[in-house]
Amino acid sequence: MPTSPIDADLIRQSATVLAAAIAAGEVSSREVVQAHLDRIGEVDEAVHAFLHVTAHEALETADTVDAKRAAGDPLGPLAGVPLALKDVLAMRGVPTTCGSRILEGWRPPYDATVVERLRDADVVILGKTNMDEFAMGSSTEHSAFGPTRNPWDLDRIPGGSGGGSAAAVAAFEAPLAIGTDTGGSIRQPAAVTGTVGVKPTYGGVSRYGLVALASSLDQAGPCARTVLDAAHLHAVIAGHDPRDSTSIDAAVPDVIAAAQRADVRGMRVGLVRQLDGEGYAPGVRQRFAEAVEILTHLGAEIVEVDCPHFEYALGAYYLILPSEASSNLARFDGMRYGLRSGDGSDASVESVMSATREAGFGAEVKRRIMLGTYALSSGYYDAYYGQAQKVRTLIRRDFDAAFDKADVLISPTAPTTAFRLGEKLDDPLAMYLNDIATIPVNLAGNAAMSLPIGLSPDDGLPVGLQIMAPAMADDRLYLAGAAVEGALYDRWGHLLIEEAPAL
Amino acid sequence: MSASTASTKPTSTVPFDEALTRYEPVLGLEVHVELGTESKMFCACPTAFGAEPNTQVCPVCLALPGTLPVINSAAVESIIRMGLALNCTIVEWCRMARKNYFYPDMPKNYQISQYDEPICVDGYLDVVVPLPDGEGTTTVRVGIERVHLEEDTGKLTHAGGATGRIHGADYSLVDYNRAGIPLVEIVTKPITDTGALAPAVAKAYVAELRDIMRGLGVSDVKMEEGSLRCDANVSLNRPGDEWGTRTETKNVNSLRSVERAVRSEIERQAGVLDTGGRITQETRHFHEDTGVTTPGRSKEQAEDYRYFPEPDLVPIAPDAAWVEQLRATIPEQPSIRRARLAQDWGIGAFEMESLVNAGVLQLVETSVEEGVEPDAARKWWAGELLRVANERGVEPQDLPVAPGDIKRVEELIAAGTINDKLARSVFDGIISGEGDADAVVAARGLTVVSDDSALLAAIEQALADQPDVAEKIRGGKVAAAGAIVGAVMKATRGQADAGKVRTLLLDHLGVAEA
Repeated sequence: MPTSPIDADLIRQSATVLAAAIAAGEVSSREVVQAHLDRIGEVDEAVHAFLHVTAHEALETADTVDAKRAAGDPLGPLAGVPLALKDVLAMRGVPTTCGSRILEGWRPPYDATVVERLRDADVVILGKTNMDEFAMGSSTEHSAFGPTRNPWDLDRIPGGSGGGSAAAVAAFEAPLAIGTDTGGSIRQPAAVTGTVGVKPTYGGVSRYGLVALASSLDQAGPCARTVLDAAHLHAVIAGHDPRDSTSIDAAVPDVIAAAQRADVRGMRVGLVRQLDGEGYAPGVRQRFAEAVEILTHLGAEIVEVDCPHFEYALGAYYLILPSEASSNLARFDGMRYGLRSGDGSDASVESVMSATREAGFGAEVKRRIMLGTYALSSGYYDAYYGQAQKVRTLIRRDFDAAFDKADVLISPTAPTTAFRLGEKLDDPLAMYLNDIATIPVNLAGNAAMSLPIGLSPDDGLPVGLQIMAPAMADDRLYLAGAAVEGALYDRWGHLLIEEAPAL
Repeated sequence: MSASTASTKPTSTVPFDEALTRYEPVLGLEVHVELGTESKMFCACPTAFGAEPNTQVCPVCLALPGTLPVINSAAVESIIRMGLALNCTIVEWCRMARKNYFYPDMPKNYQISQYDEPICVDGYLDVVVPLPDGEGTTTVRVGIERVHLEEDTGKLTHAGGATGRIHGADYSLVDYNRAGIPLVEIVTKPITDTGALAPAVAKAYVAELRDIMRGLGVSDVKMEEGSLRCDANVSLNRPGDEWGTRTETKNVNSLRSVERAVRSEIERQAGVLDTGGRITQETRHFHEDTGVTTPGRSKEQAEDYRYFPEPDLVPIAPDAAWVEQLRATIPEQPSIRRARLAQDWGIGAFEMESLVNAGVLQLVETSVEEGVEPDAARKWWAGELLRVANERGVEPQDLPVAPGDIKRVEELIAAGTINDKLARSVFDGIISGEGDADAVVAARGLTVVSDDSALLAAIEQALADQPDVAEKIRGGKVAAAGAIVGAVMKATRGQADAGKVRTLLLDHLGVAEA
């Protein structure tokens, strides 16, 4: 793995290296943060990863870290390292839009638990990243503030909903980012941008302050360029939070140690029959097959597993998600914060609420609110929401059975590489199919990672490998992910992201 | 909101007694009780009544984007105790649910409530209902369908406009202090076969619930502050027919209103049915001033609340052993306790009610347990001590009078050391911190004058002062003795036994009692 001297380009360093260099006084946090702010200034007009850059606060925080270090005060584990925050997490005093017009102008009076933990770890937050509106989408094209572009090819999508966070990391605007994953919104952007993204076990990271899309599916997690960096960030943000009832009150698996061990010898790796074959691009399948070979070569035991109910995952997901979203998004009504439309002396409460929601929500959000409202309606509840919950149980059982045979499961993260902007915008179903491999994990609540395994021979764009682990066995993702990453690094002599064209 | 419908046309009502000759009422009562927990249902905000608007709020109860609810375990404990007091089954596992509808008093535009999985089910409450014309009482068993937990909404104030209601208002203000206060909803099974007693049953049920909640200490149950609210469902049917269409009357803000609202709705519905009309299923609004109900929103356009299990909260699974511990904390049901005590003390329902209304039942009971005679305990607590408490503006239980004090005062009276009048002075001394009964008697010199020679001297003096009265008595007009007795009592500053003075006087004059 890379151990470049720190005098090299600061923006190309891993978070692990930067943290060590800052702690050792080889470089100041201000220098590191300024280098990244400069990079944002150079490339973000083209990439549009950020919706809001908190340059002033970031430099202030950097100075505080540098002062603490100078005074010999204890520093947090990622002290002074910059990070990009998905705009779906509340940060005190900083605009938080969720990519929507309806929240324009809202500045939260409180910090999300994830933000609090980042602050406690002395991480420097550079700003808020772009996303599909309320995290609904797989391309970031549904942002009300314009799409983010893929640093590998600016005509292509960076994935979604967390395209901004993935692109920021891929474009060297930040070594770390926070994403959120409801159906693949961390993993699919990671796959198509050649970066690493982890969806922790549901309940592993507090949702307090994460503006809810689908409460039973949402989970925040790390985005990075290396598995070890992701592990460091994971360790900072994970752990029980009494403010989130669904947060798990148990010790966080030691993900850093697992990433450092990077060992799959004797590990049983399951190939999910239902997540391969038809619908997956040839170039994606080719790289995936090579990853399987690498795992075998590294000493893993490959087994095939059946998850027959995964076939119904997409359908169940598109009933559960819109149902919860239709309720979660009801609070955006123009009465208390954000946009207010249609107000006037003759306007009624109902008309202002309607006009605000009409003006403030984009087409995809409205589509899902209508889907969810319908699915929950009396007379349809059992057929839609009720059935979807049964499917969810069956998918959980599929995972349980698969994890009896295998320690981790693997699949391609996404069926294709990054598609072109606008390509699937008019075809919601095609867009939804992008998450076919990532959705089962959200429905079951377990953990998964995507890491880069090469460029597709079809189009020269990155392909991601998905590794799935049982709930609260997140460390296995890092054990296997770091092993594959290390083998590929040895083969290429560099990280895949180094092959991205200059911006 | 619906415009007026056909049923709002004024229809003449049928007098209550007449209505009952043709129709049988079916009642259903939904009572909301605001819990008296320190903090709200899902956040740490305080719950005190009457604070400045929007001063008891936080990101969670304002439902700011990203915030999450965390259930208040004190509220769960309260509702389980309430369920146990209402003879309910406490379920082993249940979930909260979201009730979705848009209204600006609700910051999430959904209410966290319970739907098909209430925490307490299938109970009952026996209520003692007074029969008309003071013919005693009857006990009616009211079935409890469910008791569930939910959160209260904020409060809207409609400004401008004449009525203070939403129609015609210029603008509305929202106070979210109340939003998220834990609320318990208690729903009865249909109450049938009560006939003309229906209004009294409704009132007695709500009163009994109120007493139970007070006894459990889970709520201050003040109807006037809205911490206890009752919605009354009423329908009428002809004997033998299926139940009629029901209406739900809201804004019933006192016990008296519960009775009046049910009565008025029976009279109104009978009027509609008598003229061949149809009852509209709707929400109606009770008016305290006129005693009648008027239509609110029509349930025919009822909203679809799109209930689904609340995904932000984990299921509630009360531990069986904990439930049993809570069961041990449930006090005896108030009406059963009152009946038992009334029998023990040999008093009637009316006397018992006056003790309850005076708020001294517990004090009397404690005094009796400490050995005070029931009559004496009642006499002092419902009489002199209550008067003193009122005069001083304190609750009777806050007076520094112990059962032992009452017991000692009674002993002193029995021994003839003091009389009732002096006893009042003894209590005054005790309450003023002058020590116990004996100490007050000694310090204030309150002993009854029982020395015959001293009394005879006083009698002779009085006779000498009023020779004309003395003549009358000697002449056989015994009734005139009162004037002399009065003068003696005055001369001894009340420290004499009036009966004894009278006996001595008549003996002295050699006159026999009439």
